Amino acid sequence: MWEQIQANKRRSAILITGMAIILLLIGFTGGELLAPNAGAFGLLLALIIWGGMMLAYFTSAESILMSSANARELKKEDSPELFNVVDEMRLASGLGFMPRIFLIDDPAPNAFAVGRKPETSSITVTTGLMYRLNRDELQGVIAHEMGHLKNRDVQFMTLAAVMLGSIVILSEIVRRSLWYGGRGRSRSDSRDGKDGGQLQIIILVVGLLFAILGPIMAQLLYFACSRKREYLADASGAQFTRYPEGLASALEKISQAHVPLSFASKATAPMFIVNPLSAAEADGDESDSVFSSHPPTSQRIKILRAMTGASFTDYEAAYRKAKGGSLIGTQSLQSAPTEAIRAPSNEGPIQSRQDAHDVARRASGYMRVKCNCGLEISVPEGYEQDSIRCPRCSSVIPIPSVGTTPPPPSTVSAVPPVIPLSPLQYHRTGTGWESFRCGCGSTVQLSPAFDAPQITCNKCGRTIQVD
Amino acid sequence: MGIGIIALVLVGLIVVILAWVAGAYNGLIRLRNQLENAWAQIDVQLKRRHDLIPNLVETVKGYATHERETLEKVIQARNMAVSATSVGDKAQAEGVLTGALKSLFAVAEAYPDLKANSEFMRLQEELTSTENKVAFARQFYNDSVMTYNTHIEVFPTNLLATTFNFGRRDFFEVKAEDEREAPQVKF
Repeated sequence: MWEQIQANKRRSAILITGMAIILLLIGFTGGELLAPNAGAFGLLLALIIWGGMMLAYFTSAESILMSSANARELKKEDSPELFNVVDEMRLASGLGFMPRIFLIDDPAPNAFAVGRKPETSSITVTTGLMYRLNRDELQGVIAHEMGHLKNRDVQFMTLAAVMLGSIVILSEIVRRSLWYGGRGRSRSDSRDGKDGGQLQIIILVVGLLFAILGPIMAQLLYFACSRKREYLADASGAQFTRYPEGLASALEKISQAHVPLSFASKATAPMFIVNPLSAAEADGDESDSVFSSHPPTSQRIKILRAMTGASFTDYEAAYRKAKGGSLIGTQSLQSAPTEAIRAPSNEGPIQSRQDAHDVARRASGYMRVKCNCGLEISVPEGYEQDSIRCPRCSSVIPIPSVGTTPPPPSTVSAVPPVIPLSPLQYHRTGTGWESFRCGCGSTVQLSPAFDAPQITCNKCGRTIQVD
Repeated sequence: MGIGIIALVLVGLIVVILAWVAGAYNGLIRLRNQLENAWAQIDVQLKRRHDLIPNLVETVKGYATHERETLEKVIQARNMAVSATSVGDKAQAEGVLTGALKSLFAVAEAYPDLKANSEFMRLQEELTSTENKVAFARQFYNDSVMTYNTHIEVFPTNLLATTFNFGRRDFFEVKAEDEREAPQVKF
């Protein structure tokens, strides 16, 4: 399997080299345009801009996205089901490390993966995804994201984005300098003679072309890379789960949800599984535009559903039929036979809507305190008082300070309830088995052999006189 | 002059061949390591499964007092799986264990108190997810085995493989006992 990934990496390297050439050419010709023999200086400027942007991206991109989205990290206890799904895909993909899992409390179903280094990677899902998709579909989405991580897509796309940004900035500089600066023509003319004049005009024209068209070409390359990567991640997802229909129906559900994702912007859109900006529109993501970061969802679904097996080879065949052209290439698929598709698992969503919100709230630092009457109360992070009144039975519950575990329910009843409860006396009506309810709600049983004057309730510890 | 060029070409050829040998050898090493890591992952999941079973048996014992046979089968199967060593033996022992667990869960259906017990439910979820993980780890291991076996058998890499002792590896095929039997048609 790693061969297919190596092959695609090689192809992407070619694309990136194309962008790098554009960058360096703009630098060189821009430099030449502005001053004679300043091409080298232009090259240097290009490299400096690129280096600066790399530094900026690599140190801050992820945290900006995560904090703007209000994503909370989950631990295994918060949602063992989600952890199990991710763990299964970690094994199936051979990733070798477990990514961190984040949750966003948003009804729009979507997911994305970020990670510069494999060891610091993470996967984020929304609560909408958790309760709208069934287990097979969720598995498909997670497998797709794992595919991105395995193919090192995030590093690659970050690199490409930085390249694109540098090209845009550099060409902007060149154009503005031309506009304001002009060339030191008189000096070079007197040195080169009349042949120099024609060369200068050619360089001028070529330089202008690069400065104007360069950014556009680079953008096309960037989006082409992005789309190709999405298809490859789909193929990886199908291979890992051996069940392409799971991912296909997940994509269908996500694209039909028509719920806008509250925090996505144009800058962050490429990272999601389905383009969040167009998922909200009623007519969906149908444009096969060269400027779109994701391929049209209907196309992705069509290819997945046309697969006759579950391996990369089968995805390649379906891709060829639907789009023409190849994704991975037959050379690298030589040792990959088709794999059979497994049966669906028939399990429903891993969390109900309420549970999914609970998981998100707990991860956000809400504390759960349990009252004697059975009600669980979510206490928000900023709650400063040290006790809370139960809305159901009005008893007062002390709130433990952050970091300590809440006391077990039996000790909570040390504070007597405010409303009067049933009397602490019970009259036996006969000599057989009898049971009655204590004030706390639990059932107390008296056997025929019981003849003591009082009994203690098991749950709240209160003594009840029996006569 | 002519000899100089021939010598240069020869040297170039040797360099190219050496480069190929190095690349192919490294590829085989990488594949073998991936394979062994995949096996280690399976081992981790299997061990987890073996560790969960005693808890499960204890929980069930408290409720289903008449099902001693089923419980004993599970314990026996588990002990056999723990002591199996080769890939083939392990595969078989795990298949037997899966069958025994299936009958245990089928039996548990008849005891609603047991089904409602939170510890039992937790163990059931853990065991199911461990089974899934074993399945996926096994899937990845078998994929790795196949890629590796293909590589050491195609020409010209097979020459390298025999020289440096890269042997074929076995697949890990686990089939529950009842799956192996052909369906019986009864009228």
